Amino acid sequence: MQKFLSFFGIGLFLGILFIKSEVASWFRIYEMFQFKSFHMYGIIGSAIAIGIVMVKYFKYNDTKDFSGNKITINPKEKGFTRYIAGGVIFGLGWALAGACPGPMYVLLGSMLPSILVLILGALLGTFVYGALRNKLPH
Amino acid sequence: MDFIYSTWPWYVAGPLIALTMFLLMKMGKKFGMSSNLRTMCSIGGAGKFVDFFKFDWKKDIWNLYVVAGVILGGFVALQFLSPTAPQINPDVVAQLQELGINSTNSAFLPTELFSLDSLLTIKGFSILLIGGFLVGFGARYAGGCTSGHAISGLSNLQLPSLIAVVGFFIGGLVMVHLIFPLIF
Repeated sequence: MQKFLSFFGIGLFLGILFIKSEVASWFRIYEMFQFKSFHMYGIIGSAIAIGIVMVKYFKYNDTKDFSGNKITINPKEKGFTRYIAGGVIFGLGWALAGACPGPMYVLLGSMLPSILVLILGALLGTFVYGALRNKLPH
Repeated sequence: MDFIYSTWPWYVAGPLIALTMFLLMKMGKKFGMSSNLRTMCSIGGAGKFVDFFKFDWKKDIWNLYVVAGVILGGFVALQFLSPTAPQINPDVVAQLQELGINSTNSAFLPTELFSLDSLLTIKGFSILLIGGFLVGFGARYAGGCTSGHAISGLSNLQLPSLIAVVGFFIGGLVMVHLIFPLIF
């Protein structure tokens, strides 16, 4: 129960953050791809800047997590094709839907049935990737 | 209370995202919002058809707890904490008007795309389903999304994540600049 509540609490915080910072707004994503506002770049950029320092600090100090295990980050496998091809496909969808996976869930709070179609599409896309995985270049 | 109701500026939102990542790492997990889609496919029985979904999803159940929180957070924020719509750059407002989108600055999402009326048209339904499909397919193909690659991956200075983020932008720019004029 405690485990559920702590992850649920982080999600709750993140959900409010995605709306209040407007990163879940289709308009903000469109504006970002038009390079007409610093807002999205500032959010992603400052999160990365702090993240870089944080990860360096964790590695340098062998920081442990709350359960006492050393924090490790599994690096992504080396490669090119899957990252560029998957990235481009993801980007096309991100701009069209105006939402990436986190914001899709947040937007359910709008009570618009259209968001269910968006999530259904994402589940379908995930399933089709799984089915075609062995045939795709990685 | 004004702060709660107005738009949170980037220099507040960015560090708070980093804080979320910090908490998840301290809890022995990682910050990524798309792997839960695979978990849901597995729970739904996709492992019966495709090996990719045969994995011990119970280990990943925590990411569904996060999703449950995110849904409630979105509901609370949209219904009670957001009296004003995002205010977008005036040039962009004019551009969107040319595309036939006039709900800018008055709604959180364009009603032209997300309203029930639009959903009940073939075009409106297809845009949402295809948009979602590309996000789900692309995220798993690339092995991560905005949170997993752009934020967690770049924080770890990983080359694969940089390649994926370049891909995100190529895709996004092509959609907005080349494909939008064709579909709107």
